[in-house]
Amino acid sequence: MSQEELLKGLRRTVEQALKAPYYKRKLTEVGIHYPADIHTMEDFRRIPLTEKEDLRRNYPFGLFAEPMEKIVRVHASSGTTGKPTVVGYTREDIKLWAAIVAKHLTRAGVTSDDVIHIAYGYGLFTGGMGLHGGSEELGALTIPVSGGNTQRQLMIMKDFGSTVLCCTPSYALYLAESLEEAGISKDELKLRVGVFGAEPWTDKMRDEIEARLGLQALDIYGLSETMGPGVSMECLKCNGLHIDEHFYPEILDENGNVLPEGQSGELVLTSLGKMGFPGLRYRTKDLTRISYGSCVCGHTGWTMRRISGRVDDMLIIRGVNVFPSQIEEAILSVGGIEPHYFIIVDRENNLDTIEVLVEVNAQSFTDEIRELEQLQEKLQSKIEDITGISVKVRLVEPKSIPRSEGKAKRVEDKRKEKIFQ
Amino acid sequence: MMQLSIFLENEKGRLAYALNLLAEFNVNIQALSLADTKDYGVLRIIVANPEEVAQQLREHNCVVKLTPVWVLKVPDSSGGLAGVLDKLVNEGVIVEYLYAYVEKANEQAQVVLRVRDTAIMQAAMDKLKLE
Repeated sequence: MSQEELLKGLRRTVEQALKAPYYKRKLTEVGIHYPADIHTMEDFRRIPLTEKEDLRRNYPFGLFAEPMEKIVRVHASSGTTGKPTVVGYTREDIKLWAAIVAKHLTRAGVTSDDVIHIAYGYGLFTGGMGLHGGSEELGALTIPVSGGNTQRQLMIMKDFGSTVLCCTPSYALYLAESLEEAGISKDELKLRVGVFGAEPWTDKMRDEIEARLGLQALDIYGLSETMGPGVSMECLKCNGLHIDEHFYPEILDENGNVLPEGQSGELVLTSLGKMGFPGLRYRTKDLTRISYGSCVCGHTGWTMRRISGRVDDMLIIRGVNVFPSQIEEAILSVGGIEPHYFIIVDRENNLDTIEVLVEVNAQSFTDEIRELEQLQEKLQSKIEDITGISVKVRLVEPKSIPRSEGKAKRVEDKRKEKIFQ
Repeated sequence: MMQLSIFLENEKGRLAYALNLLAEFNVNIQALSLADTKDYGVLRIIVANPEEVAQQLREHNCVVKLTPVWVLKVPDSSGGLAGVLDKLVNEGVIVEYLYAYVEKANEQAQVVLRVRDTAIMQAAMDKLKLE
């Protein structure tokens, strides 16, 4: 795409964004009143970044750029507090999304002859519906299994002859294990391609999934604020995730400066051609690097590397966004508990686990095990209420959690150690 | 009688650490019981001056608690404890936990008893004239 074409696309997105009062105010503040005010890339870079917090402040529909009668669907993802961040799609957006996902699938060698088994959750989460649209657009046989009920998944995979598996990589491993336990050989299945995303994973995990399920495992990336799955995906060459031409990526350093090609930083995305929710310079908080070029699969444009980490401390546990601040909130709501806690994230049997260490103090300590167990259960259910995921609380001795000056280190993600070693 | 309870993480050396602290304070443990779970344990001890020891332990970052318990003499014979418990149960006492030890001076079998309702226990003690 030439610079002129790109600017044209960006101007269209600005034009669309200006329809939303929030963006209009933000853009006016930096002297952008009309799309035509974007003459150069420098002009574009004057546009303030959009953050998850901005969506939350405008909950639920404040950032929509089309009138509600044009919005045909919403999706949402969890935020730092109880309120989710909501995005809206017009009929055209849904079509565009399906076309983008279908294009990625085609580059992954998937055709209308395939049987696509979608084990991503269907619902407000974009995973299930996103892949579903692409699969139908491609003309493949689409199986909307959604997540959970592993035994049924295995049965369907075997009986329906699923050839493409779409789910989180950790669930893929869990399915592999369940297959082995059920005594089903991978040769009895017809799986050949896996489309895995919505959580960080590594090449080591890829090797394991491929060996155990007998398919080629591909990474897919996306986020609801930009569209959903399909912002980028690997082709069969597995040499980075090709960013679809409907998204303009920037890599920023911690001060918000745009970094040159090849340098690692935060991925910021602007959609080109989306109507309901334009997504102008959205901070993904994901760390990666990008390069421009052509691939034998036919893609020409930007390619991003696998996500190497997160800018903030948001944890993705079994596909659910969890913030340490939510856990803190839950612990403190119980009362009589020290605000010292430590979160250990791990992966057991290929499923993410989360353990929260809480210090016992003079106030919360009782010498009866039954009461200590009640305290433990109360903390667990509070955390579950707020974050939506089940955790294990472990009571520990006072002062046993390391203190630090400044920003406390509250999280240990053992998954990373296991993956990146 | 006040019993001293200490919270211990289920980690190598934690019990030894607490016992060494007690040794440092020249505390003689008259009776001891250890309740354990997968992740942590509670060390319960009977000592001569529990308040004082509790304070010393707190200064060493231990979480401690003083809990009212009853120390009962029981006949050192078959059915001895059962007989005492039967009487208490008849008075409506609910036992949370107990542990037994032998008092050195008189070779007397004794139990440390933690009950749910201390008022009921006190009334039972008075009525049954137990010591």
